[in-house]
Amino acid sequence: MEITVNGTKHIVDDSRQDDELLNWLREDLNLTGTKNGCHVGICGACVVLIDGKPMRACRRLLKHADGKEVTTIEGLKGKDGALHPLQQAFVDCGAVQCGYCIPGMIMSGHALLLQNHHPSRDEIRKAISNNLCRCTGYVQIVDAIESAGNAYDENA
Amino acid sequence: MTETKAKAWRNDAVAKVTGRAKYADDYKFYGMLHVVPVYTDAVSAEIHAIHTDEAARMPGVVRIVTAKDVPGNPVYGQIQKDYRILADDRIRMEGDVIALVVAESRAQALEAAKLVKADLSPLPAIFDPEEAAKDGAFLIHPEKGTNIINHHKVRTGDAEEAFKHCDIILNEVFQTQHQEHAYIEPESSVADPGDDGVIRIYGSMQHPFVARRFSACVLGEPLSNIDVLTIPVGGGFGGKDDTAAIVAARAALCARLTDRPCKLTYAREWSMKESYKRHPYKVYYKMGLTKDGKIQACDVTVYADGGAYCSVTPWVTFRSTAQCCGPYVVPNVHCDIYGVHTNNVFTGAFRGFGSPQINYVVEQMVEKAAEALGMDEIEFRRLNCVKQGSTTVTLQKLDNHKVSLEQVLDTTLEKIGYYEKRKHNTYGKLNDNGEYYGVGIAMSYRGMSLGAEGPDFCAAIINAQFDGSIIIETGIHENGQGSESAMILTAAEYLGVKRERIRYHRSSTSTIPDSGTTVASRGTIMGTSAVVLAATKLKEQMSRCLAPELDCPPEDVVFANDCLTAPNGKSLTWDQAVLKMFFLREHPFAQDTFRVRDGIDCSWDEETGHGKAYFTWVYGCQAAEIAINPKTGKIRLINAAATHDVGKAVNPPFVIGQINGGMAQGFGYGTMEDLGIKDGRISNLNLGKYKIPKANELPDFIVTLVENYDPMSKSGAKGIGEPALELMAPAVANAIAHATGKRYQSLPMIIPPEK
Repeated sequence: MEITVNGTKHIVDDSRQDDELLNWLREDLNLTGTKNGCHVGICGACVVLIDGKPMRACRRLLKHADGKEVTTIEGLKGKDGALHPLQQAFVDCGAVQCGYCIPGMIMSGHALLLQNHHPSRDEIRKAISNNLCRCTGYVQIVDAIESAGNAYDENA
Repeated sequence: MTETKAKAWRNDAVAKVTGRAKYADDYKFYGMLHVVPVYTDAVSAEIHAIHTDEAARMPGVVRIVTAKDVPGNPVYGQIQKDYRILADDRIRMEGDVIALVVAESRAQALEAAKLVKADLSPLPAIFDPEEAAKDGAFLIHPEKGTNIINHHKVRTGDAEEAFKHCDIILNEVFQTQHQEHAYIEPESSVADPGDDGVIRIYGSMQHPFVARRFSACVLGEPLSNIDVLTIPVGGGFGGKDDTAAIVAARAALCARLTDRPCKLTYAREWSMKESYKRHPYKVYYKMGLTKDGKIQACDVTVYADGGAYCSVTPWVTFRSTAQCCGPYVVPNVHCDIYGVHTNNVFTGAFRGFGSPQINYVVEQMVEKAAEALGMDEIEFRRLNCVKQGSTTVTLQKLDNHKVSLEQVLDTTLEKIGYYEKRKHNTYGKLNDNGEYYGVGIAMSYRGMSLGAEGPDFCAAIINAQFDGSIIIETGIHENGQGSESAMILTAAEYLGVKRERIRYHRSSTSTIPDSGTTVASRGTIMGTSAVVLAATKLKEQMSRCLAPELDCPPEDVVFANDCLTAPNGKSLTWDQAVLKMFFLREHPFAQDTFRVRDGIDCSWDEETGHGKAYFTWVYGCQAAEIAINPKTGKIRLINAAATHDVGKAVNPPFVIGQINGGMAQGFGYGTMEDLGIKDGRISNLNLGKYKIPKANELPDFIVTLVENYDPMSKSGAKGIGEPALELMAPAVANAIAHATGKRYQSLPMIIPPEK
């Protein structure tokens, strides 16, 4: 299998087709930014992008990523080493408390903004409705995703 | 009053948005082993034998640990020593652990764990705390001689006599449920045995000091042999106090026995099965009123389900006792609150800590009272609520701080538009949208920090470096709430330096004196107060040393704008000042402790329930506007508003964040969260069946901060974590009553669909 993660190609033995993507990212690649909250595909802490679509890494196997491009939170970068504008928006809006849901939340928000640079607050709430957060009540997370839209216009 | 949309700052935000923040399960050590707990399928049983031989022969298994392997005392508890690190005599609840399987990989440990077997014989079981409190009930801990963990009382005035002179007497019963903390990060700890004999623990927790005490107890080693380090925590909400300590102690035990690093990371199902919950309360509430609209007497009896172990049940129920009449003046009170053992999952600290249950009851009782009297529900509250100089039900005079209850009430009414909106309450008749509609409020006061529960003190250290940078730390733990940032901002303000100079050193239990647990909304008030005291001490030291240079008396030196300045105009930059300290052979270093004085600031008499329960109080009010679809029974939260007096908002975006999050948790508590527990077995063991509010089930919240500087706090700041949670369920309950015309007196409030 050939899996690209954050721009780097990995050749993986076919015997590992049925290994879980989340575990592989965390244990083999040391990409621990992707979190395990429930392990049953509910909480969204493990959301990564596979070919641009938000997917729960705990419910995906390596064969599902074969020949595809996986983006994790570590792969989200701004220009010249700066934070990605969406990450910066999370900082500026006070969207981060304990932070455990945040990588998955940012990946879901990023997937939405790639499709729709200026979603309504209701559209944002719907897009992150499968990312659970127990700290923030979501308000400042919605603020962050809403405020980052302009940066997606510029990059378009 | 402030309404802030300033650009937010916190010290750990960049690490958390980039995925660099390392939580416990993200740590790996060379040669690290993996630990898996073993449960039985019993709820109440006697243990005759535990068989580990077959499991021990499985590939990769290094050791299987049972109670007989514990080198120290296997029994610990913060208040009552009744929790066994590994069960060996009885199973008292579904989540009891009989063994730990230690293996080279987690997969191997999971496989082997299936082969650990126990010979058990069933014992009777009891699940209703009221039944369990009776004489002759099956005893969960026979050595205690009773299932009653504690009995708190208030005996103020003469309630029995006062009821005889009341015009109206209300008698009601309420029931609340278990609530799961549902932090998104399940418990995890990694213990690394060092070559110096010290075991270092990297764990997800909010009380590193109890993790150390529990580990030392189990290992039979001194506290100095255990070092619990601070790392990012994926949410706590009170739930990572004792339970997290158990996980840490188990990891430490395995590390000591194998002499290798050991990681114990909980699966969500284990976490939900084993970790303590919020106490279910059965509440009998009698309220006596006179026609002039005054509450004359209350008689309150509560059975709190403590589950199988004591944990902090006596402290949780103490708060319920001290606040048993809500923020109202009641001259005659008779209150009995029992914490009781059952074979249910144990219960302990959870954001709110005995107040959400009481507020749910009291804020509905006052509306029932107003209704019975034919009074406006707001005017009834206004007439009876505490005001400046009022005396609480425990005979504490509220005169050492600003009593701002009416201020937060009025602000919330205005922000939600209560008087206009309540005209549209439907009281059981569908409106033009085919929905039931209602608006409701709830208000509270809350004693800050631990109060008379126990010793309350906190340390801070400021260590100024010779290059101008500054390191600070406190005994308060960063649980995600932003405590480190609040301490940095406070230190910057009081030292008169730029915040960029200051780094927060993540404390370990070996670097900062034991300052207790970071719960009880005590982080900001205790931690910033300690920082102010340490900053004051540091400034005194620097002024004394540098006054000759500045040619003025030490007390005249002013610290501001990164400079030390004398009235004569002479000044030193901060960088110059610390460098001069170096050549004077002086370390610019200060440690100080903020103390709540026993008997002066707080006091308590167990027999009468009289005393200064808390050294200061906060005031809050929240409102909820809802619509109910009659076909589904679904409650839609249209709008919600909150106003809280926080003393001083040190970092406003995160004060607002605390309130937003607390309102969401309170809404979940009120309307959806349910373990599905039956005969001690929890059926909703993951976040699919145990529902917490999602982003598309909540509105934007209207949050207003009130800042009445509190002289009892050295920084003026108080706290916000718990006040934010404790009001949404009763506000929604009142809104439901206004919408449907019916009172829902048990939690969660599920509206049956209409046929």
